[in-house]
Amino acid sequence: MLWISPWILGFTIFTALPVVLALWYGFTDYTLLEPPIPVGLDNYTRMADDPILGTVLWNTAVFGVLTIVLGTLLSISLATVLSHPVRFRSFWRAAVFAPSVLPLVALAVIFKLAYDPEVGIANTLVEGALGWAGVRGPNWFGSGFWAMTALLLMSLWGVGPAVVIYLAALRDVPRQLHEAASIDGVGRWGRFVHVVLPMISPVILFNVIIGIINAMQVFAVPLLLTGGGPERTTYFHSMYVYDQAFTFGDMGYASALGVLQFAIILVLTGVVLLAGRRLVHYRGA
Amino acid sequence: MSDIDSSMHDGRALGRIDPATGVASGSVARAYRHLVLGVAAAAALLPILYMLVISTGGSDPAAPFLDGGIAETASRTVENYRGVVADENTDFPLYLRNTLWIAILGTLGTTLSSAVVAYGFSRVRWKGRDAVFIIVLSTMMVPFPVVMVPLFTIFRELGWIGTFAPLWVPAWFGNAFSIFLLRQFFLSIPRELDEASRIDGCGHVRNFLHVILPLSTPALLVVALFHFMFVWNDFLGPLVFLTHRDQFTLALGLQLYLSKLGQTPWNLLMAATTIMVAPVLVLFVLMQRTFVEGISTTGTKG
Repeated sequence: MLWISPWILGFTIFTALPVVLALWYGFTDYTLLEPPIPVGLDNYTRMADDPILGTVLWNTAVFGVLTIVLGTLLSISLATVLSHPVRFRSFWRAAVFAPSVLPLVALAVIFKLAYDPEVGIANTLVEGALGWAGVRGPNWFGSGFWAMTALLLMSLWGVGPAVVIYLAALRDVPRQLHEAASIDGVGRWGRFVHVVLPMISPVILFNVIIGIINAMQVFAVPLLLTGGGPERTTYFHSMYVYDQAFTFGDMGYASALGVLQFAIILVLTGVVLLAGRRLVHYRGA
Repeated sequence: MSDIDSSMHDGRALGRIDPATGVASGSVARAYRHLVLGVAAAAALLPILYMLVISTGGSDPAAPFLDGGIAETASRTVENYRGVVADENTDFPLYLRNTLWIAILGTLGTTLSSAVVAYGFSRVRWKGRDAVFIIVLSTMMVPFPVVMVPLFTIFRELGWIGTFAPLWVPAWFGNAFSIFLLRQFFLSIPRELDEASRIDGCGHVRNFLHVILPLSTPALLVVALFHFMFVWNDFLGPLVFLTHRDQFTLALGLQLYLSKLGQTPWNLLMAATTIMVAPVLVLFVLMQRTFVEGISTTGTKG
């Protein structure tokens, strides 16, 4: 027990106590200047008539679902290609991984320039490729649709870790299974669906859960790239929690929103794990 | 790493002849794969190259892509970097020092404390160990925005708001992810080594210091690297806990610089971004293997 005492101390002060306090603040009116005043369920009933909360949850859900689906498809595809015999494997893997080591703030600033409708490289590329067909690059931050698209596209530059994880998982698929299936006359696609996917499904499950936790917390990139706009179309839950707390000084409501965020993560993780019981194949189970 | 590569060599033998059809599937498939990887790698590296090109060029970021762009691209300059350092409203050398300071203190702390705690979860037997370990793992689910307000009030009580303390002191009490990673690694070290050192009269402390730690350098490196990267990336933490511009980290400094956009030309902004990115890119190039191995273990042994 002595060995884990640093963790016990840290857990108590920096995790358990804050979670308990967040629950408590959620039932109070608290502005930091004065001690919290208990108000019962006011903060939670307020959520029901808060149109901004609705917007924020919808945006977070749309972004979360699409970024997880697109990211999973892209990372499994790249990992599959990398798992085949290719020359300079470590170079390709390093290149694909490289943008993931950039701090998000830095990546957001680079993409802010890239998406600039006047001088950015995104529209230079779009018009270079499709200009002959009369296609003009969009005003990326001008509409909700394009702003969300810009964020989703940018999120694909963060698939590096997932690619590396899937690559390791693909390596662990026993070769005998591949061989047995091909002897039975199963083609490439069939082998992927019936052999590879079940074998890597626990890893997909892990990545989806990490994806949910990350998507619920997306903050710095939309703040810098779109500022949540236009008209709150890229305003996400964590940005709302931050604004309620430190822009409007409403710590009580901010804490309740935080508790809601935690609850959503727990419920979604539970749902994914339950669904995983049916869909995921655990070796030896 | 070596076993990844060796299994790929086995794969090569399999790839030449498709066992399903018995036909050589070599060159077309291989060319296709290299094409896909080429496109993916180019896309992945594009933001970094873009940043470097603009940061060393003139004030019009579209210039390298217009007619005569080759001439533009051929003449590079470091003036923009001088401009960033000389800017009166921001102090990037200071932000760099601040970030380094927080990163070094936090990295030392998280590595040491997580190793101690991981030892307690892997080498010392006690009742309820596995149950408590589940609690450790579940703390990874707590999102920062949930504890943001309470942490603010706790740190305010401690008088830490407006100091670096909230950003590095908690790291000295172990971090769930690092504890997990190190515990997995410690469990893979043969028990016989512990027994041998016990017979030599070593207690847990000496066994930890002289047997387990020296054998665990790769895992310790992964933990240290990940925490360093975390600090470099962290934006919300400094935003909430730091109050004065003199304490800003690079992430906050870059945001400040960006928020003056309209006054800040893109080439200077990209130079500032490069200043922030350079240390982690250098680390990545030097320690690529550690990154890849660390990430692979977290995903597949989880």
